[in-house]
Amino acid sequence: MARKPVWGTIFRRLLGALPSLAGVVVVTFILTRALPGDPAAFFAGAAATPEAVEEVRKQLGLDKNLAQQFLRYLSELAHGDLGQSLTTGQPVSTELVNRLPASLELTLFGLLLAAVVAIPLGVLAATRRDSWIDHVSRLITTAGVSLPVFFTGLLLIYIFYFKLGWAPSPMGRLDPYASAPATVTGFFIIDSLLARDLGLLTASLKQLLLPAITMAIFVMAPLARMTRAAMLTALSSDYTRTTRAMGLSRYTVVYRYALRNALLPVVTTLGMVFSFMLGANVLVEKVFSWPGIGAYAIEALVASDYAPVQGFVLTMAILYVLLNLVIDVLYSIIDPRMAAQ
Amino acid sequence: MTEAVPLLSVDNLALEFRTRGGLVRALENVSFHVGTGEIVGIVGESGSGKSVLSHALLRILDSAGRVSAGRAVFNGLDLLAAREAEMRAIRGRKIAMIFQNPRAALNPIRKIGQQLEDVLMQHTHAPRHDIKKRAIECLEQVRIPDALRRYHAYPFELSGGQCQRVMIALAIAAEPALLIADEPTTGLDVTTQAVVMDLIRDLVRRNHMSAILITHDLALASESCDRIVVMHAGHVVETAPTRALFATPRHPYTARLIGATPHDCTDVRTLASIPGSLPDLRAASLPLCRFSARCEQYTSACDQPLPLAVFNQHHSVACHTPL
Repeated sequence: MARKPVWGTIFRRLLGALPSLAGVVVVTFILTRALPGDPAAFFAGAAATPEAVEEVRKQLGLDKNLAQQFLRYLSELAHGDLGQSLTTGQPVSTELVNRLPASLELTLFGLLLAAVVAIPLGVLAATRRDSWIDHVSRLITTAGVSLPVFFTGLLLIYIFYFKLGWAPSPMGRLDPYASAPATVTGFFIIDSLLARDLGLLTASLKQLLLPAITMAIFVMAPLARMTRAAMLTALSSDYTRTTRAMGLSRYTVVYRYALRNALLPVVTTLGMVFSFMLGANVLVEKVFSWPGIGAYAIEALVASDYAPVQGFVLTMAILYVLLNLVIDVLYSIIDPRMAAQ
Repeated sequence: MTEAVPLLSVDNLALEFRTRGGLVRALENVSFHVGTGEIVGIVGESGSGKSVLSHALLRILDSAGRVSAGRAVFNGLDLLAAREAEMRAIRGRKIAMIFQNPRAALNPIRKIGQQLEDVLMQHTHAPRHDIKKRAIECLEQVRIPDALRRYHAYPFELSGGQCQRVMIALAIAAEPALLIADEPTTGLDVTTQAVVMDLIRDLVRRNHMSAILITHDLALASESCDRIVVMHAGHVVETAPTRALFATPRHPYTARLIGATPHDCTDVRTLASIPGSLPDLRAASLPLCRFSARCEQYTSACDQPLPLAVFNQHHSVACHTPL
């Protein structure tokens, strides 16, 4: 009955992720080289002579063959150097580190909103099957998933900023006159709390709310649907019948027994929708001028600026690996059968 | 025993299921009683309505099922008409139930000790620090070795037989008056079956409980039960004390069931099987005797409403042409 410690599992999973990360390094390198456009010509400017363009190409190392370029990329990567952005002139790693908290804060807050709304909705829809709440839940979630995420964003901006004036202008994480809290975590909500600055907390919450709701609406449907289905399965299972036959209270039956068993597929879905959100981030950040890594990647992509794109894809890959790790750990916490394997 | 007021008395219970294929009349005119301290077997082939009957008594049917007639009086309370709050005080506390497939019947991700405590907390007013002690005592009562260690185990860490012991511990935790055991040994190997049945019988006798043993295995029922109720296609066809049932079966179905039961000295080749199968209970017009299509004693009289022939006070048969 001894269970393996969680740390061993984490270590083995991290080790197992190395091959996929190596694969990501290779694929991003090839894909960014295959992008249309000539970075050297772009960087040298429209008025540059062919000689100047060649000079830039040499500087960037783009005159070498692909294998040599790849080796150089690898050795830089080993030193933590993701190259420099041609458009901003800043090191890519610095920019990614500065922008990552903005993306994560938005995504995690959106996920939290979605979970807080969708999971209770799914539970209610299952326990009161075919009641009005079941139908309302189905309606809301279907509507949410049928709208493209940038459209939801624009619609929310139109209603709550333009028409009603309830929301601040969709221009980033804080309005231009406020200054960011001292950086501890990079999450404005947490940092302003740490700084005990309530005004700043409300200001950043106000900015965060619309884009986060946009993301939440996008992923509520799969979450609510999976919660409902998993709850229905758990509620009709043999062990739920046992708890009913033993006369346990409805609260114990539904929450302590059925819900905890239903959480397993819900956690899987949480991981899945989180990866959807990482993708949707790119669009939402653009719509709300959110200074995250998604917006950064789009700008770089448009400018044929390959180093930030490479860095962005690599960061996303690492996020995916970490995400799957978190889900596995959650699994083994919820389900002792997983921990025992 | 039948002179005194029985602990449970079921009268003319009828139950139907709404399904896509139409209305299924799963139980009709089901009547039997269970006396205090008595072990009653309910025997019939799969689909005869045994389990549905037990679920109806505890009112844990799924929502498609509906009791359309009848009473089931337990200790003066009609279980079928009781309010939900009254039923919650009955379930687990006055009437407890154990199921087949014990591994699935236990919550897979909750320690068995916690599952026992959930039941104890619900039904006893023992102080919190006593609950754990009581839970371990329950495990010891069902003879689980090393109970203290098993308290922290999950169902997947136990064998099927041990899971069924845990189920029995859950069922008797609140010292109920009636234990319903629904195919308690199905899926267990033969030696474990015997051990589990011995355990159930011992606990019922020692705690002065009554029990209903639901099984398709007539031999199993004959070893443990004082009386046996034979069901076929949602009807009770015969009720008799165990010995009388085996000595002089009156219903053709019972006789054939006994003929189909292997004994120590019977050869497999001489075992009889019962021709045909259960009638489709969705049919718009079922014959009044649901065994008539499979019966060799069938006469035109069998299409009349079924009588209840009483041979003596304890032995009754629903048949026009009893043996």
